[in-house]
Order: sequence, then C-alpha cells, then structure tokens
Amino acid sequence: MLRGLWTLTWLEIKIFVREPLGLIGTLIIPVVFVALGRLYGRSARLEPRGVSDLVTIDLPILASIFIALSAVLSLVTIVSIYRESGILKRLRATPLRPYTILTAHVLAKLVFTLLTLIAMAAAGRRFIPDGMHGPFVAFGLALIFSTVSIVSMGFLIASVVPTARFAQPIGSLLLYPMVGLAGLFVPIAALPPALQAVSRFVPLRYVVSLLRGVWREEGWMSHSGDVAALLLVFLICTAASAKVFRWE
Amino acid sequence: MTTGAVINVSAIRKTYGRTLAIDDISFEVKQGEIFGLIGPNGAGKTTTMECVEGLRVPESGTISVLGLDPVRQVYALQHRIGVQLQQAQLQKRIKVREAVNLWASLYDHPLDGHRLLDQLGLGDKHNAWFMTLSGGQKQRLFIALALINDPEVVFLDELTTGLDPQARRAIWELVRGIRARGKTVFLTTHLMEEAERLCDRVAIIDRGRIIDIGTPAELVRRHCPEQTVVVTIDDESAEERFRLIPGVESVATRDGCVTIRGRGDELVAHVIRCVAEHRMNVTDFRTDRPTLEDVFLKLTGHSIRD
Repeated sequence: MLRGLWTLTWLEIKIFVREPLGLIGTLIIPVVFVALGRLYGRSARLEPRGVSDLVTIDLPILASIFIALSAVLSLVTIVSIYRESGILKRLRATPLRPYTILTAHVLAKLVFTLLTLIAMAAAGRRFIPDGMHGPFVAFGLALIFSTVSIVSMGFLIASVVPTARFAQPIGSLLLYPMVGLAGLFVPIAALPPALQAVSRFVPLRYVVSLLRGVWREEGWMSHSGDVAALLLVFLICTAASAKVFRWE
Repeated sequence: MTTGAVINVSAIRKTYGRTLAIDDISFEVKQGEIFGLIGPNGAGKTTTMECVEGLRVPESGTISVLGLDPVRQVYALQHRIGVQLQQAQLQKRIKVREAVNLWASLYDHPLDGHRLLDQLGLGDKHNAWFMTLSGGQKQRLFIALALINDPEVVFLDELTTGLDPQARRAIWELVRGIRARGKTVFLTTHLMEEAERLCDRVAIIDRGRIIDIGTPAELVRRHCPEQTVVVTIDDESAEERFRLIPGVESVATRDGCVTIRGRGDELVAHVIRCVAEHRMNVTDFRTDRPTLEDVFLKLTGHSIRD
C-alpha cells in the first residue's frame, strides 16, 4: 500500500538538505538564537526554585508548538510548489498514492522537527536548571503525537491551497490564531464565553493541555480526552484531505 | 474490440465548465504501432490523452486500454503503461539517478535504471540535479521514467516541443527504438513534420473533434492528391508535350521553368518517361509533394500554426 514511502521520504530529506535556505531556517537559525541568548544571558543566574511555570512548562511547549507549526507551513508550501510546477501531476501518473506522498513529507518534517528540538536543547542545556528532570521521553512522544495531528491540518490546507504564493499566508492565517485560543497565553477559563466555545474546536487547545499534562507528569490516562480529540482531528483531516486532494 | 487494438476510444466527450474540450472522439491504436494525435495547441490533444491515461474522467463515451477501464482500473493500468506528460517537472534538486530509483521502487519488475540511462544518453548525468539538465536531457529523463516499468503502451505528450532540431531528431530515434522493442507508442504533437516522419498512423484533431484518421501517406493521397513537378528545361515544345500526359491539369512556363500540376500516383513517372522519350535537355527536376501540413490546411481551413 505504501509502496515507495521510504524511498520518497529519504529522498525528500536529502532534497531538503540540498536547499540551503530551508536548512538554515529550520535547523541553524533556532540554534543560533539559543546560542545568542546563552551569550547574553551568561550574567543571569537561574534559581531552580525561583523559575516560574511560564519558563519551565509553557515556554518549552510554546517553542515546540511554533516549531511544529513552522514545519506544517513548510509542508504546505512545498506541496503547493510541487503542485504548481507539475511535480505532483507527474507523480500522479505513477502507482504513488496521495497519502504516500503526504506521509513521506510528514515523516521528513518530523525528522527535522526532532533534530531542531534536540539541537536547541543541546545549545541551551546550560539553562536547564540542575534540579530539573523533565519527562523528556514522554514529552517527546506527546509532541510527536501532537505534531502528527497538527500536520494533518496542514495536509488538508496543502491538499486544496491553489498556488504556492498563497500557501504560506493562508496557512499562517489559519494556524497562528489558533495559538491565541489554545490557552497558552490566556487561560481558557479567562476567555469570553464566545471564544471559549470557539476554542473547543481549536485542536491546539488539546495539544497544549496534553503537553502540559505530560510535562507535569500527570499521566496519559488523565488526558485521554485530549488524546481522543487529537486522534479525531487527525482522522477527519486525513480522510478529508484524501478526498479533496488536488494534483494540479 | 478489433484484434490487435490495445487502445479503444469510443465517442468520448469532456467539458471544462462551459468550454467543450473534446467531443465525440473515437479511434483505436494498434499493437506495436506509433500512433499520433496531431493538431494545433488547444485542439484537445492533451485532454484526450489524459483521459486515456486515466488522469481525467470523460463525461461520456468509453475507453479501454489493454482491456482495462482507465477510470475504474487505473491502478492496474498504471503498472502496464508508461507516461510522459507535457510540462512535467521534478524536484529541482533531485538527482537523475534518484528519480530513476524512486520510479523503479514503485513497480514490481523494473528495468535496470542504470542501463536505461546509458541507453538514453544520460550515462554521464547520473549524479546531476534535475535543474541543471538541458531541455533535451530532461525529456530523455522523462522517457527513461516512462520506460522504467517496461510498459506495454507508452504515452508521449508533446515530447519534442521546445527542443532544437538536433535534439528532436535524437528523440525521434529513441521513439523508433521503443517501437522496435515491440511497444505501442501513443503520442501527441503539433509538429506536422514530426508526425509525418515518426508516426505509422495519425488522427487529425481540431477544435475538440477528430477530422480524419489514417497513415500520413493515405491522408495526403485522400485529401491532397494533386502533385507538382517542376522541370527546368531548354525546349520550347516541352509545354505542349507535358500537356498530353494523362492526369495533368495545368502546365505553366516561366523563365525556362515548367510547372506541371496534376493528379495520380503515376504523374511523376509519366513526366520522367516523357522527358526521356523526347530526349529533352533537363537541367533541374524536382517534385513538390503535399504534406500533412497541406492536408491540415485543407481540412480545417486554417494553418496549424494559427
């Protein structure tokens, strides 16, 4: 069924690395930022106990979400460029299926998302307070799961967005406002009732809730609702994008 | 289905919005031939071909390729056909070798990609990025991709458009090579010379309809039977003698050049015999034979370049 998936995934990773700008934007710039921060922040002292929840919990989550979102946007852009230049059309006349192509791109993006996170954590390890032992593995798993769900929204956008020029703005317009309603900056409970209702339909809300919970080691079971919601998002978006996928 | 036909198209029709792209298109392609769909840009060549490939769904009519329905059995069909699309692209930074390997990974019994690239003259380009290839090299790579699964039918859409004459001739040789291996080739072109030199049979399409089908020679004979012989001669009685040849319709002399127009396959032979019998002193002799281009002009009332 997924004939050609590994060949295509590996190929897309190699092609992405050959694109100088893409690689700089994804891997090098985030690491440079952390390194710069490290340089300027050398004088600051971090007291493990004095660090607020914002820094130890929400900041990693925010960073992770933004990296995932930028991966999704990059996916949307690449797929629309492929569509516009006729690459998708050429692939269509082969036994490759749309979901194989999308899955290959998602896997390639996941690889780079994880590499970016690891590189950033390595560059900023000095800032991780000594006493902090986060549930890194569980958090990583939750993040991959969340990213797949976020990426499925990207699927859907990528399946229909008409041209490469619109891909980035449309993607940003749809995805970034979600961050505002995800309960990261403003607690959901503090939102006006209307927006609270809207936020029920914002998948990022469940991502934030899940990531927070896992980071606080509350256990997956107590967040099964979030997991179910994200699974639902994934299934709906994947099914819909397979239906509406446009090759040209 | 007629025996020997690998593609059977019957009365297909396709519209885009309100524009009628193709209407009542019917033809068949026989096993082992090079069949050309010829006509100007926008005539419906690509739409027709993409319906046959299963990339588009006609509104009405039926298509059968190798006994399969291109709409309902497209996956089974894709393993048995090879496709080159008009204006197709690959990833800019994909290497030639990688593209061939990817395609090879999609089929059960692929050919040896390495050898195929060598045969197509891309032996020194294995590690070149797609974006660095010339137009002719890109087309040769697309031919390689179309052949990688050793298909029974090969579809080539405007294969040589935008290539220089030398690259074009090289590609023609490759296409003849495909036929020599027993494959059936279905191609589209708006170049009449290409159709005439390459195709065993052609269908002329204009404004979404097929006007006539036959071998290039048949079509010329059927629609443009008039032949022209121009003889440069120093003989004042020549004009009168040429007029007596059967089938001659007009003879005109200008500056020692006699232009003989007439019909019939024998016309040229008759003129030669006449020149020999009367021992005329001929300094130049040429024939103007009508081409597919003339056929097209006659059938449609407009030039293919319009």
